[in-house]
Amino acid sequence: MADVETTESDQSDAPDPRRHQPPPKYQGFKMFMRNRAAVFGAVLMIGILVVTYILPIFITDNKNEIIAEKHLAPGDEGAPLLGTDYLGRDVAIVVMNGGSTTLKVAGFAAILIVGIGASIGAAAGYYGGWVDSALMRFTEFFQVLPGLLFAIVIVALFSPTTLTIVLAIGLISWPGIARLTRGEFLRQKNLEYVKAATAIGASDRRIIIKTILPNTMPVIIVQSSLIMGAAILFEAGLAFLGLGDASNLSWGFYLGLNRASFLSNWWAVTFPGLMIFFTVLSLSLIGDGLQDAFNPKLRGR
Amino acid sequence: MRQVAAKIAQAIMLILAVIILNFFLIQIAPGDVVDALAGGPDGAGEASAEVNERLRETYGLDKPVLVQLGIYIGNVARGDLGESFIFNRPVTELIGARIWPTILLAFTALAFAILLGTFIGTVAARKPESPFSAGITVFALIGFAMPAFWTGILLLLLFSVQLDWLPVSGMNDVRLPRDAGWLERQIDTAEHLLLPAVSLGIIYLASYARLSRASMLEILESDYVRTARSKGLGERSVMFKHALRNGIIPIITVMGLQFGAVVSGAILVETVFAWPGIGRLAFDSVNRRDTNVLLGILLMLSVTVIIANLLTDLLYRVADPRIRVGGEDRG
Repeated sequence: MADVETTESDQSDAPDPRRHQPPPKYQGFKMFMRNRAAVFGAVLMIGILVVTYILPIFITDNKNEIIAEKHLAPGDEGAPLLGTDYLGRDVAIVVMNGGSTTLKVAGFAAILIVGIGASIGAAAGYYGGWVDSALMRFTEFFQVLPGLLFAIVIVALFSPTTLTIVLAIGLISWPGIARLTRGEFLRQKNLEYVKAATAIGASDRRIIIKTILPNTMPVIIVQSSLIMGAAILFEAGLAFLGLGDASNLSWGFYLGLNRASFLSNWWAVTFPGLMIFFTVLSLSLIGDGLQDAFNPKLRGR
Repeated sequence: MRQVAAKIAQAIMLILAVIILNFFLIQIAPGDVVDALAGGPDGAGEASAEVNERLRETYGLDKPVLVQLGIYIGNVARGDLGESFIFNRPVTELIGARIWPTILLAFTALAFAILLGTFIGTVAARKPESPFSAGITVFALIGFAMPAFWTGILLLLLFSVQLDWLPVSGMNDVRLPRDAGWLERQIDTAEHLLLPAVSLGIIYLASYARLSRASMLEILESDYVRTARSKGLGERSVMFKHALRNGIIPIITVMGLQFGAVVSGAILVETVFAWPGIGRLAFDSVNRRDTNVLLGILLMLSVTVIIANLLTDLLYRVADPRIRVGGEDRG
């Protein structure tokens, strides 16, 4: 591994002799904008955020209530835009409302995953030795578990609430980011700037948090968008099995509710699924674009 | 050999850790099987405290937690996973009937993904600048973003309902005559397996295609491939006999790590296709606090994943002798 990307943030602080060029800070952004797939992902994400958080402000009739006959296909007489479900609720409205639940759970779960993973990875990579091998055994243990089944157990045993779902997803999905962070720490702890910090007598904690962590942030942040996508799929899977908060229908939960009648009601399973698909896709595209822009060494992986 | 032994010892430690973790997880959760029997979380039919006490005694739930754990581990070591509180049947029997369909589904999905994915990736690596090759990246992201249960429903709507090509659910056709031959039965099962395996495999198909493409691109640049070419070997021989042999190494690594996720995915896909696997049993046993069944399922699935990892590791050594040699030096 060469250390190409690490100097990114250092350079932007130093006075730049090449005045006529844009500061390297924006170079990543420019590279991102040149990646058509990534831009498409970003636009898609903006669309999803608008539908989820802004559209409900303008549509005042936005309760998940029965408004028409059940099983009205889109395009039927008197049917709303995306038809009605097995109870006669407007599919478009329920799907619109479902986004905030899905994104909230996935967002908190992603924060938890990054928090746990980065801490464990940082400790393992920085201290090395037996700390490293113990923590990596621990990580391996979580990596081989059939994750979804464990999440089912946790959520079902402690009753499905937003909190238990976030905890279950977070406690099970962190090994990937722990390995990534460990790798970065292993690589960086022998670089000059860390040696310099050690030489002036900085404490381990200070070196980990203030010196190395900021330099691993680009890698972690890039990965975060992929982690959030995975968390959305995880939440959808749990909710599809009925392990969701029934008072706040997420996309996955709504899909699960409509499963029983999907033979006569394809639209009610298709559209919430499409929203999950587009959201995860846009997060992956954005993640890929960020990867190319900020960690060019890893391109194509 | 010593390394293999160490790996097995490690796997046993891992299994022990799984048992202990599961055990305490269930212990700290509110409610036990007696609560569930006495009327469930709703508390519809409260049994008398005396009856509850006697039930707990029968199931050994009145003993201290560590004693319970010790007894359980001892029993597991002898291959006894206890009895189901609900069905009054041995857990091994209940799980034994359900775990094979799950493993069959997971393996088929993974095999489909790896074989087809590697083939696509290898072909794409031949012409890295072609639109087909570039399309694989996009295809991989699309595959990853589709929830398997949703893909399953869509495939079902298309192939089973609209086109009526494939069966809708289950593992075997109930109309299959009793005296149907072995081959006929296997074909029937295969027909039922096709859609669930594809909807599960699609997630991984594209990622394997992408992985093998990247790995093959690197290898096709290497000296020994150039040597093979300059010897005048045919392109097919170079690609599939020489290059692919090294190209599959990263695929083997990823395969081992992914097996747990594939089993998880299988549980979801099972519910869509009414595949008679372990998912349903697991779900019911959680809700009924049928602790022994639940512990048994978690244990058996973890063991399956751990064994798959061990096999991957062995395969890895076969595929890449350098690891064998390098490892021997270290240990």
